[in-house]
Amino acid sequence: MNALLNLLFILVFPGMLFLLTLGLAGEYVDRKLYARLQNRVGPPWFQPLADVFKLLGKESVIPEEADKRMFTMAPVFALATVIAAYLYIPLWNTTPIFSFQGDLVVVLYLLLIPTLTFFLGGWYSRSIFSTLGAVRSITQLFAYEIPLLIALLSPALLANTWSISGIAVYYGAHPWRWMVNLLGFCVGLVTLLGKLERVPFDAPEAETEIVAGSFTEYSGRFLAFFRLAIDSEAIVSSSLLAAVFLPFGLFLPVWLGVIVYLAKLAGILCILALMRTLFARLRMDQMINFCWRYVAPIAFLQVIIDLVVKEFV
Amino acid sequence: MKERHHVLGAMLEAVLGSLFRKPATIKYPFGKFVMPKDFRGQPKFHSEKCTGCRLCIRDCPSQAITITKVGEKKFEASIDLGRCVYCAQCAETCPRKVIDISTDFELAQLDRGKLKIVFHAEAASASCPDESAEG
Amino acid sequence: MPRLPPEPRVTAASLAADADRVVTVPIGPQHPALKEPESFMVDLRGEKIDAVRMRFGYNHRGIEKGCEQRSYTQDLYLVERVCGICSYSHSTAFVQAVEEIAGLELPPRARYIRTLIAELERIHSHLLWLGVAGHEIGFDTLLMYTWRDREQVMILLARLTGNRVNYGMNTLGGVRRDIAAEMMPLILKVVDSLEERTKTYIELALTEQTLIQRLSHVGKLSKEDALRLGTVGPTARASGVDRDARRDDPYAAYAELSFNVVIDDHCDVYGRTIVRLGELMETYSIIRQILKQMPDGPIATKAPRRIPEGEAVSRYEAPRGEDVHYVRGNGSEKPERVKVRAPTLANFSSVSKMLEDGYLADLPIVIAAIDPCFSCTDRMVSLRDGSSTRRTMTWDEVSRMGIQWHKERGLDLSTLRIPGSAGE
Repeated sequence: MNALLNLLFILVFPGMLFLLTLGLAGEYVDRKLYARLQNRVGPPWFQPLADVFKLLGKESVIPEEADKRMFTMAPVFALATVIAAYLYIPLWNTTPIFSFQGDLVVVLYLLLIPTLTFFLGGWYSRSIFSTLGAVRSITQLFAYEIPLLIALLSPALLANTWSISGIAVYYGAHPWRWMVNLLGFCVGLVTLLGKLERVPFDAPEAETEIVAGSFTEYSGRFLAFFRLAIDSEAIVSSSLLAAVFLPFGLFLPVWLGVIVYLAKLAGILCILALMRTLFARLRMDQMINFCWRYVAPIAFLQVIIDLVVKEFV
Repeated sequence: MKERHHVLGAMLEAVLGSLFRKPATIKYPFGKFVMPKDFRGQPKFHSEKCTGCRLCIRDCPSQAITITKVGEKKFEASIDLGRCVYCAQCAETCPRKVIDISTDFELAQLDRGKLKIVFHAEAASASCPDESAEG
Repeated sequence: MPRLPPEPRVTAASLAADADRVVTVPIGPQHPALKEPESFMVDLRGEKIDAVRMRFGYNHRGIEKGCEQRSYTQDLYLVERVCGICSYSHSTAFVQAVEEIAGLELPPRARYIRTLIAELERIHSHLLWLGVAGHEIGFDTLLMYTWRDREQVMILLARLTGNRVNYGMNTLGGVRRDIAAEMMPLILKVVDSLEERTKTYIELALTEQTLIQRLSHVGKLSKEDALRLGTVGPTARASGVDRDARRDDPYAAYAELSFNVVIDDHCDVYGRTIVRLGELMETYSIIRQILKQMPDGPIATKAPRRIPEGEAVSRYEAPRGEDVHYVRGNGSEKPERVKVRAPTLANFSSVSKMLEDGYLADLPIVIAAIDPCFSCTDRMVSLRDGSSTRRTMTWDEVSRMGIQWHKERGLDLSTLRIPGSAGE
């Protein structure tokens, strides 16, 4: 019985179906806000869903020279790992569907895999633009992943636990202590732009330079899966940031908790959309320079702050 | 121009301000879009005034207009809207002011044949095209 | 036994750290970076550009040949459609050359109206360029805002001239439409509004860190190289070359107006941005002077249909640089030869110099920085076969060769009627 209930949680709510719906809604919020900030109208609410249906209905072309297995498996892996990561994140209470000591690290690894699938998908497309995009994806990984990991691990240091639900419990027990981690939150937001390959860090997908990067050769249902994976990745990473850096409102009744969770999510998505609007795309070397010179030291600073606070409480 | 202090996100004010303003997009065709009154749109031919001098054909850059004689002092014109470049040179050249330029610009058709409109000679009043150019 | 994947053509070593192997990336003819088709074959080592091989001619439409077969009145509209953005430059340059051959003296009001429309075109072209530059570096917000502001000029031009592009304002001997007195306050309103907006863009260009980082030290062209490669327009002026056809060889009403030529010494894409923004501010001042000083009088003189024998070269400062038209008349209604040298053709050769030692990521913005208008550029095609001898073909030979080529591939085009050709 328990297993059946768990299956329901995993597949429907708050698992796969819920995540995909949130992913599409998140894409709508991002595109609509982006448009409104640019004095445009923006798409209607059903646009992301319509895009998915349109892509599913189109011909899925696999280039002759591409490695068929890797080409078709990459999008599936991206979506699967993103959904799997979502199961470990506490959303509106301190008990996600599954949790264990060390699941913070596991979730971070699971969220690394989509970037690897972008690389593999682009590499095995064997087209020159895809290869360039794939290599840029991986190069960018070296820039933003370290600050992101450090920033995400510092609240765990203070909470003395490696489980996300443990973090939620700790900060729930000590209200307002999450304010110590705000610097890490800022680092998290900036590096999240790199992970999600959004302006100013969208060199791997630079439309005017390499057409579409890793996704150049993708069409039809493979592209639909990639798009769903990217949208869901945005939700999962934002939820992770919210769970680790904004662990308040976790002991409210469920309906209120859901509203608080959605508000946190909307807030993070709005900040991401705003950053997308304000900046130009950075070149690869400029991006790496920026991350290692400014973002990584701030992340290290956050660790030091947490260690110091930990000494005194 | 002097270099100034660099900031990140210099457009922040402008961009946030746009949230409270109406979008600059006209939701055409649900929103109206009218061209100014001197806009050079579709030429209209008044057959009753035409004397068949064919000066318009001589000056048309793209050979869009053809005049056929259908009777004694009666001429009809056929304008190929696909060839016309809407320069209004025909209207300017015509010594009898037979051609009028309207502001119609919604002239697209799915069938190329429908782009040729004929201005017949019979009506005494304003000319009526053979097939309406409006889609 | 699982099959190993076939050896990929490009290995990790060749692209990433090990910079020995050279990869050729085809930028164009079809590419999101290019608004018009041109071919740039880029040799890459990692992310660095080794060499760029450029080919053009994808936009060749035979306009010069078409001009020879149409009368001067018809040619006005044909030459106008060489380009959409700088259409007035080509129209005016052509008509100035013809008027010089015919020895026509323009009424002053016509010259002022021509200058007014020319400067309005410069506004819309520079605003368009700002947007395109923003788009090439991933700054879509700038694209949306500049193109929204550009709408004001487009609507104004539609009211003044009857169309948003391809204005059809010129006629032999003057202009076709007058500027009514009640239009003047409207023009001033648009100029005032756009001046405010341009000031915000200048503010943006001087302060926004990501923009400056992307545009600076990119596409470097020293003053010597600019002079040697024959660059014109803002591309040259950003490298410190003090040339502007409006001041050096005044046409229309420029001799009676006072304006500054904007020079910059950054020698890179940032400099070109500054020059174009500066030119926008100068244009607003020029338009105000025109509206104040516009004389009354007729707007055209009578021009003959037959232009006497003679030839003339006419220069015009288009938004992209110096536009040169050469016209030769032979006493008939149709010109003997029309030759168009668009500014982008002059700036084209500097692109490969600018891209030396650059990154692939800089390629779109460097190409965009010369404000390429490949429609203007592709005028004459020279065929080179393997033995690299030059061969000139007549119109009929080219037509027969084309029909033969298509017949070999299963298409019969011999019945195709080409309007205006000798067979008609």
